[in-house]
Amino acid sequence: MSTPIYVQEVSLRDGMHAVRHRITPEDVKRIVIAADEAGVDAIEVAHGDGLTGGSVNYGPGSNSDWEWIEAAASVIKNAKLTTLLLPGVGTIDDLRRAYDLGVRSVRVATHCTEADVSAQHIAAARERGMDVSGFLMLSHMAPPEQLAEQAKLMESYGAHCVYITDSGGRLTMNDVRDRARAYRDVLHDETEIGIHAHENLSLSVANSVVAVENGVYRVDASLAGHGAGAGNCPIEAFIAVANLSDFKHNCDLFKLQDAADDIVRPLQDRPVRVDRETLTMGYAGVYSSFLRHAENASARYGVDTRDILMECGRRGLVGGQEDMIVDICLTKLAEREAAS
Amino acid sequence: MSKTKVAIIGSGNIGTDLMIKVMRTSQHLEMGAMVGIDPASDGLARAERFGFATTAEGVEGLIGLPGFDDIEIVFDATSAKAHVANAAALEPYGKRLIDLTPAAIGPYVIPAVNIDEHIDAPNVNMVTCGGQATIPIVAAIARVVPVAYGEIVASISSRSAGPGTRANIDEFTETTSAAIVQVGGAKRGKAIIILNPAEPPLIMRDTVFALVEGGSRSEEELTAEITESVEKMVGDVAAYVPGYRLKQKVQVHPIPDDQPVETLLAEGETARPTHQVSVFLEVEGAAHYLPAYAGNLDIMTSAALQMAERIAAAKENRR
Repeated sequence: MSTPIYVQEVSLRDGMHAVRHRITPEDVKRIVIAADEAGVDAIEVAHGDGLTGGSVNYGPGSNSDWEWIEAAASVIKNAKLTTLLLPGVGTIDDLRRAYDLGVRSVRVATHCTEADVSAQHIAAARERGMDVSGFLMLSHMAPPEQLAEQAKLMESYGAHCVYITDSGGRLTMNDVRDRARAYRDVLHDETEIGIHAHENLSLSVANSVVAVENGVYRVDASLAGHGAGAGNCPIEAFIAVANLSDFKHNCDLFKLQDAADDIVRPLQDRPVRVDRETLTMGYAGVYSSFLRHAENASARYGVDTRDILMECGRRGLVGGQEDMIVDICLTKLAEREAAS
Repeated sequence: MSKTKVAIIGSGNIGTDLMIKVMRTSQHLEMGAMVGIDPASDGLARAERFGFATTAEGVEGLIGLPGFDDIEIVFDATSAKAHVANAAALEPYGKRLIDLTPAAIGPYVIPAVNIDEHIDAPNVNMVTCGGQATIPIVAAIARVVPVAYGEIVASISSRSAGPGTRANIDEFTETTSAAIVQVGGAKRGKAIIILNPAEPPLIMRDTVFALVEGGSRSEEELTAEITESVEKMVGDVAAYVPGYRLKQKVQVHPIPDDQPVETLLAEGETARPTHQVSVFLEVEGAAHYLPAYAGNLDIMTSAALQMAERIAAAKENRR
């Protein structure tokens, strides 16, 4: 019996991190058209840090969220237009503006132990009749039962779906299985579960498959794996495995391959892959969006990128604390000076 | 000489910390009443133990207390929504209101920047904890160079964020952003707040990023002038928040040509800023109520207390 899944394409949101939030509305349209024609269920568009994430801390966007969303909305035909909102960065007003531009689905993201800050935002999205998911970032930082309690809170605020969000690409397959089962144990039958994987430990496809085998319905994936750190679950590889595993979906494998290789990969100014830096992120459990900021700080202050990332992990930094990267560099430089 | 009597509405983390400060550190103020809505709250229990009048009936309970007429200043440490109702209920009685929620009915006050500007306003707003920690720095930069864009990132420990803070997160970002412009002097403001659950809890950290127009100064001159102004301001804030400190040297760097900062500027602004200023701060609390990691609590209540002291002192002078 085949297992139905819902595939959300995230290269125009998570992939923004990979290109430092710089992409033209024309390229947004090209990607949306290609992904839509290839049969994905939903396409997420926003700054990497969600609506109005454009900032000094996370990197200014080449364009506003509104320009990107308008571009996407102008060409999308079948897939659901989705966006991301991080309470503490974006606001309900921003969500309203996205809705007015045609967004009908949103993911409200909090750190994995702080679900209660999402109550207002999830409720506001539901009031507008939107499809709403809760997005528990850095899901590796909470044990399965505690994470499931937070998922339950998001469900109680009105989320239709709650994600296991492996922002650090730190979860192994057993970790994913345990979290998916813990969610299923406490959530209502009608509440969906999602998986958002990163490739940092080279496990994104495997983790997504294990997730589906344990009751997950929504799967995040992106063309060429375009995303923060070593990228997200590469959609073309995942769909190939999905076909071999008898998962039921509407995607066309070859069209996805063409879009990945012909449209998305040429946009990358730094390769999105498992290398010493991105592997270190998965190993240390660091939020994947820290990558390019850590590399910039490394170049400016002469501190090894991996030393920065390991210290981020040691300090227990959470999503959004990119400002601490320079703080870490300056602290290390001061220690170096004191030692010499 | 008799002290000015105050009431505190809100018996959560902020209200309770404020009560302890009024008792221990205030020159001109004394506790009149502690007001909550939860009879089981720790803040009300403490107030009772200290022998203060208490009520768990909210603002109506306060108005009904026998000593209500003697209370001159009312602190509101509830939530943005509750403050709107509380302010309306108190309006006929002519009390001075100091609002610690992000409701922002009255003008913003950041003591180190504009404490004397609104000394007679019936209702003043203390912005947010993140605003109290960072807007002095935005103002310190803005008195040296034009600030096209000011951004603040406030990271607080999850344990120090009570239900009021959590239910008011949009109000936090919106109020702080507005005050970065109105009090800090930036042309556009953006505020970001992050809750970090790490154990042991992290001390409050605040980072200020400003995009500035350096004019004809060399980078060295610019760095020296901004650093001097920021260091002086840190001293001014530390005078009422002893745990407030500059964590790193002030960083000033030219903005790379390819960085699309124009998307951050205020609507209609075209002049491209030349330099990015980064200031890293830490706020260690005085541990009056929550432990020292809760600098966010301490800076908010210290700022509100500072404002109330000034109002009380001004009134004594007039007597």
